[in-house]
Amino acid sequence: MLIFTLRRFSLFFFTLLLLTMLSFSLSFLFPGEQLINLTGQVSASPEQLAVLANEYQQQSGILSQYVSYLKHLFQGDMGYSMTSHLPISTEVLNRLPATVELASVALLVAMFVGIPVGFCAAIYHRKVPDNLILTIAMIGYSIPVFWLGILAILVFSIKLGWFPSSGQISLLFEIKHITGLQLIDIILSDSPYKWQAFQDATRHLILPVIVVALAPATIFMRLARTAMLEVLDTHYIKAAKAKGLTFIQIIYRHAMRNAIIKVIRDIGLQFANLITIAMVTEVIFSWPGIGSWLIESIYQRDYTAIQGGLIVLSSFIFIVHIIIDLVYAALNPLAREPRHGT
Amino acid sequence: MAYSTLTYYYRFALLILVLSGCDSNEALSLSKKSIIYCSEGPPESFNPQTVSSGTTIDATSHQLYNRLIEFSPIDNAIIPAIAKSWHVTRDGKMITFYLRKDIQFHQTSYFMPTRALNADDVLFSFNRMLDINHEYHPISGGKYPFFQNAQLTNLIDNIEKINDHTIRFRLAHADSSFLANIGGDSAVILSKEYADELVELNAMQEIDMLPIGTGPFKFKQYSSGAFIRYEPHSNYWRGKSELKQLVFDITPRDTARLTKLLAGECDVIAYPIAHEKIKQHPNLILESVISFNVGYFGFNTRKPPFDNPLVRKALSYAINKQAILEAVYTGQAEVANGIIPNSSWAYDARITSQDYSITTAQELLTQAGYSNGFSMDLWAMPVQRSYNPDAITMAKLIQADLQKIGVEVNIVSGYEWSTFLRKVSEGEHQSVLLGWSADNPDPDNFFSSLLSCSSANTGSNRTFWCNKKFDQLLEKALKTDNINKRKAYYSKALKLINEEVPLIPIAHSKRYQARANSVKGTVLRAIGGVDFNGVTKN
Repeated sequence: MLIFTLRRFSLFFFTLLLLTMLSFSLSFLFPGEQLINLTGQVSASPEQLAVLANEYQQQSGILSQYVSYLKHLFQGDMGYSMTSHLPISTEVLNRLPATVELASVALLVAMFVGIPVGFCAAIYHRKVPDNLILTIAMIGYSIPVFWLGILAILVFSIKLGWFPSSGQISLLFEIKHITGLQLIDIILSDSPYKWQAFQDATRHLILPVIVVALAPATIFMRLARTAMLEVLDTHYIKAAKAKGLTFIQIIYRHAMRNAIIKVIRDIGLQFANLITIAMVTEVIFSWPGIGSWLIESIYQRDYTAIQGGLIVLSSFIFIVHIIIDLVYAALNPLAREPRHGT
Repeated sequence: MAYSTLTYYYRFALLILVLSGCDSNEALSLSKKSIIYCSEGPPESFNPQTVSSGTTIDATSHQLYNRLIEFSPIDNAIIPAIAKSWHVTRDGKMITFYLRKDIQFHQTSYFMPTRALNADDVLFSFNRMLDINHEYHPISGGKYPFFQNAQLTNLIDNIEKINDHTIRFRLAHADSSFLANIGGDSAVILSKEYADELVELNAMQEIDMLPIGTGPFKFKQYSSGAFIRYEPHSNYWRGKSELKQLVFDITPRDTARLTKLLAGECDVIAYPIAHEKIKQHPNLILESVISFNVGYFGFNTRKPPFDNPLVRKALSYAINKQAILEAVYTGQAEVANGIIPNSSWAYDARITSQDYSITTAQELLTQAGYSNGFSMDLWAMPVQRSYNPDAITMAKLIQADLQKIGVEVNIVSGYEWSTFLRKVSEGEHQSVLLGWSADNPDPDNFFSSLLSCSSANTGSNRTFWCNKKFDQLLEKALKTDNINKRKAYYSKALKLINEEVPLIPIAHSKRYQARANSVKGTVLRAIGGVDFNGVTKN
């Protein structure tokens, strides 16, 4: 397990190194002055710029420039946003939790809906339920997310008026920013309208979560179905059948656990996809997350924010990926070391 | 044991039921007694003295502050506010304001007032703008656009405190639009006590970002570019607002504003689209006010053939204003009968514009000696303004109209806006499509700026029409403060414009707003924009 973990971390380290290189070279590739692109100090005086140039070692070679850029990064200094003039780190800390909230709830929903349905399809292999589920999965996977989001707003917000169309919570509730995760902040807050705020925040969460969760859920369905079919085809299931276990016992005790492990490995891969969908969804539902912030920065040509957002978002996806890998390895000895295998 | 556990659970369940019951009633009252206004953009500052943009005025001026005098929402006449009365000397050069004694400033987390409003606050608020040596003058850039545009810096000689509740303005010359300017959106009264406290704290720039005023609402929170949260001012001198909160939800996209209105997330929205959809909706109301502006077709009366009044009049019969209204303003405007809109007190319903009649136009042209027509240049402004959202299209429609009476129009466009304005004020044009937005509801703001001889010299009168009789009427109107007499003078002036036709007024544009029908009260005003004082919800 230790070697496995170390291997993952070295991979993480080198990927991050490549990412910072990309981000650093972006500051040269973007139009305008490189130092300003890097620091975001658009309205700095010549003296301030001289100080900054010294800090980022502009007079020395490109390698020491890169090293000093890395130093700043590790101190959490990603420069200032060109539009809001706030530090990028502050902006990211304000925005990332909302995305984490949306993405993790959506991931949970996708898993809890997708995996059981997929198992169901495998159990009724090549029967009506299987075909039905496969069709639904195909349709769900093919619907473009921006269209689905707008359609959801049109039907559920405008026509039926069931759910709000934008934001995390009604502006009337004053919830202090503690963790940034809205639902947890509400529980921690001392607002007299706590319970109502919680309900309101949940109502705000429902539509975007459904929109984000749809595509991953259909993928989980198909993954779970394939995994279950593979497992049902193995010798140990046949042995269990021969022992005289009932079908339900076989599914619950043997098949499900082994199939779930195969699905978990792919959750990490799906997470990157989920974040991409969440970015588009955030724009549609005016969700104050990092995705809508990044897209807004692209519109505004806020180069410093684009570089910072890129690094933060990719490292975030990568960290989640590693965590899921570790969980998978902890659950499945086969993945840790080949010698556990046959 | 089992029994007691059971009762415990029952009690717990009952408690939750009761608690949640209370809670939902409370929250119901929170959303039922709060208004969310979806505005079109973020304010630049929380002090309307320092900016002139409509968005900032909407967000701050009438919510946070009061003025010495204000305008009645009904007929835009001047009514008392901080000044309970005022007196103008016979020569019109000295104006004394008597202040109310019961006006309290906002109590917020960042400032606790110890005294009521007095003359020092008024003095401070005006001297900040007028006196370039004032310590607060350069704060937030030192620009006071409204005051500088209205020439008040030159008009006001000095301001003098007579006693704690009396203040006197001395003017360089009589000017009856002075009162209208003092009641303008930017002439708000700030707290001197707060300003002094900020000097001690060495945080003077906060005066414009953490505002203290006397208005119906006080500042609670501003999340940059996202929302503004106001709470009612509990000691407001006109009575505390019934609302619990007033939130400005900043939503720049017009489709997003409409969605939020339809989904019930906003109670009131600024500048709505899809008017028909809103009108059809059973729970929504579409409102509009006619703005204090005018879009016009002006002639350079120094250049032939427009030095001949008959030619100008002939053209005024040939223009189909209704068609222009539909094509250019998409119906969001009203036909202009004169240069002032009908929401002004000087409007005279008896004076109407020329009807659309090709035959009359042709007759007049023949009388003027142009029976075969002529060719002319028409300059179309290159930018969008509310008084003229699309001058090029308007020029094309006029071109088609005038072709019917044999007048050939060459449209001149393509100049950049500042070049365009310079060339037009130098009189290079033959005729021009332009407009005027009033800074205050005083009718003089239209008459003098657009058509007086003096503005023909300074260039804001783009027709260069200079009529001694007209100027005398304006002068007489400014010298008297009897509103009926003023109205009579302005009626004569309007009649004169109608006979001489130095310009053809085309339209007064409208400003729209949509709201849920649970919101009661007047929110939108012709002058001063949005005002939530006295607005309720049920």
